[in-house]
Amino acid sequence: MMNSKTDNPLQATSVLTPAELAEIDKEISHAPYRAAVAIDALKIVQKHHRWVSDESLNALADYLGMSPAELDGIATFYNLIYRRPVGEEVISLCDSVTCWIMGYNKLQQHIIKRLDVGLGETTDDDRYTFLPAPCLGACDRAPVMMVGNELHQNLDEAKIDQILKVKSSTSDVNNNGRQE
Amino acid sequence: MSSLPLTQNINEQRDPVDLAAYEKNHGYEAVHKALKEMSPADCLQEIKDSALRGRGGAGFPTGMKWSFVPMDNVSEGHKYLVCNADEMEPGTFKDRLLMECDPHQLIEGMILSAWTIQADIAYIFIRHEYHLAARLLQEAIDECKAKGYLGNDILGTGFNLEMYVHSSAGRYICGEETALISSLEGKRANPRAKPPFPQISGLWGRPTIVNNVETLCNITHIIRNGAGWFKSLGLGADSGTKLFGVSGRVKNPGCWELPMGTPIRELIEQHAGGMQDGYKLRGLLPGGASTDFLVEEHLDLAMDYDVIGKAGSRLGTGTMIILDDKTCPVGMVKNLVEFFAQESCGFCTPCRDGLPWTAQVLDDIDTGKGMKVDMVTLKNQVRFIGAIGNTHCALAPGAMEPVSSAMKYFAEDFETHIKNKACSYCKTNSSTGGA
Ligand SMILES: Cc1cc2nc3c(=O)[nH]c(=O)nc-3n(C[C@H](O)[C@H](O)[C@H](O)COP(=O)(O)O)c2cc1C
Ligand code: SF4
Ligand code: FES
Repeated sequence: MMNSKTDNPLQATSVLTPAELAEIDKEISHAPYRAAVAIDALKIVQKHHRWVSDESLNALADYLGMSPAELDGIATFYNLIYRRPVGEEVISLCDSVTCWIMGYNKLQQHIIKRLDVGLGETTDDDRYTFLPAPCLGACDRAPVMMVGNELHQNLDEAKIDQILKVKSSTSDVNNNGRQE
Repeated sequence: MSSLPLTQNINEQRDPVDLAAYEKNHGYEAVHKALKEMSPADCLQEIKDSALRGRGGAGFPTGMKWSFVPMDNVSEGHKYLVCNADEMEPGTFKDRLLMECDPHQLIEGMILSAWTIQADIAYIFIRHEYHLAARLLQEAIDECKAKGYLGNDILGTGFNLEMYVHSSAGRYICGEETALISSLEGKRANPRAKPPFPQISGLWGRPTIVNNVETLCNITHIIRNGAGWFKSLGLGADSGTKLFGVSGRVKNPGCWELPMGTPIRELIEQHAGGMQDGYKLRGLLPGGASTDFLVEEHLDLAMDYDVIGKAGSRLGTGTMIILDDKTCPVGMVKNLVEFFAQESCGFCTPCRDGLPWTAQVLDDIDTGKGMKVDMVTLKNQVRFIGAIGNTHCALAPGAMEPVSSAMKYFAEDFETHIKNKACSYCKTNSSTGGA
């Protein structure tokens, strides 16, 4: 295995922060080769910046010994790696079968109106990005959505208003879903 | 010995049991027993005798799957055990419960499984959205490391096992076991050709076993209580218990551990409390989005692999989705196919190009633009895309299962859409969005 310290290319270390590099190095320490941590590394960068910019991607590719095209091919395969900026929190409303039966569509329209944001868009205040999500594994409490890392279940319009209001006026964690 | 072993520690109202509490209820006794008194071959025999079948959807016998792992001198390289915690099949919500409510049960099952195949590295491949489960599992792993159940020289037996939680980055195809391996290697999650099978050449070219969360949780109890006990739990031909679920317009949707072979009717009427007032049952997908519809006449069938198979569907993940009489079957199938089309990995043409075409035809019918010839097109798509072997993996055939069975059981709905150039459910229940 290559030594991560001596192989740090200059470009990588100037774009990737020491905190990011430390987390990436930890992944590399139990991988058979550097490129094997590509997905973990993309997620680490995203955790720190909300998304993965071209600049970060190039630096990361360099650091992992891959071409930017190869790394971008991986990044764009996975829907939870964001290659465009997102807001402070991503709202992921489930659009799969049980949530469809239980009427997610009305809720989708409601959120679009309430936040004045289309699917795939970010609110003007940079607070939320609204994305559709495949089944979130909570179909017995459909319809469901995630806001950031929190799951909210048995949704209706009133509940959504409450969640989004609480979230935008205070930083209090609400008790609507199981938390993380 | 609990007759419902998988949920014996589970109480959704409180935090999951920690290591000390887990041990108090016989936790990790099976690890002591196996590592000190049973050889890997003994364990494998016990699993084979238990007739455990994989709970990830395909129902493959676990003992047989493991028996293909080379056990002779492989000390020059790693062997891997991977827990498939991707749980992205729409309508499935059972592994989340097991991981969020009793993480140690899964870890104990994984230690026992790793011992049996002599794997020295284990991964839990978990979908990104399961943040809480990932954190609880990591905490449980840390507890096990501190206690000596994981790491080097476990319980002084010379057995080493490292365990990592790998949080995924999305895409349903990652749940397919060879695609999962590609993803764990840091690549695009394209499935791989078999052979070579993962047991011989899997993660980084080394012997690898991939099993579902629920399958691995069962290992804990089979080693603890024996194969005979496990077999006695099932009501019919299949052994053990299963996490069954019901979602849709029932009074009490949820997930329950019940004996294998529990009748569909009991699940819907007793456990799920029957249909909501004003709704009647029209059909159900017994085991997730990629299983064929069953209807009223099947309600007394046992939830057993072969029984459901003979009825033309699959037990799948055992979590069923109910179609009610106010929801449009065409709209429901369209939603399902749109999911599969979106999640196609793009590797092979029938799936990458075929599924969006099927979704388009269904959309035409659903929105009143359908023509009679569309039914012929759909039939051909079922024939070409749905046949195992025409595509590189089982995603596309799985996608066509609800299509072909819906055309069989709900033929008149397709016909009325085409004849009336409209969806008759839209008034009561918008077919483009449920109630
Ligand atoms: C498209 C596709 C998606 C799958 N998703 C999952 C999944 O999320 N979880 C799972 O356990 N198995 C999933 N499977 C089944 C796995 O390929 C594999 O059969 C299973 O993990 C084996 O474990 P088992 O023998 O314990 O059931 C999927 C299969 C396909 C074709
Ligand atoms: S069937 Fe679909 S998901 Fe499977 S390999 Fe082909 S394109 Fe990919
Ligand atoms: S269908 Fe929405 S959570 Fe499963």
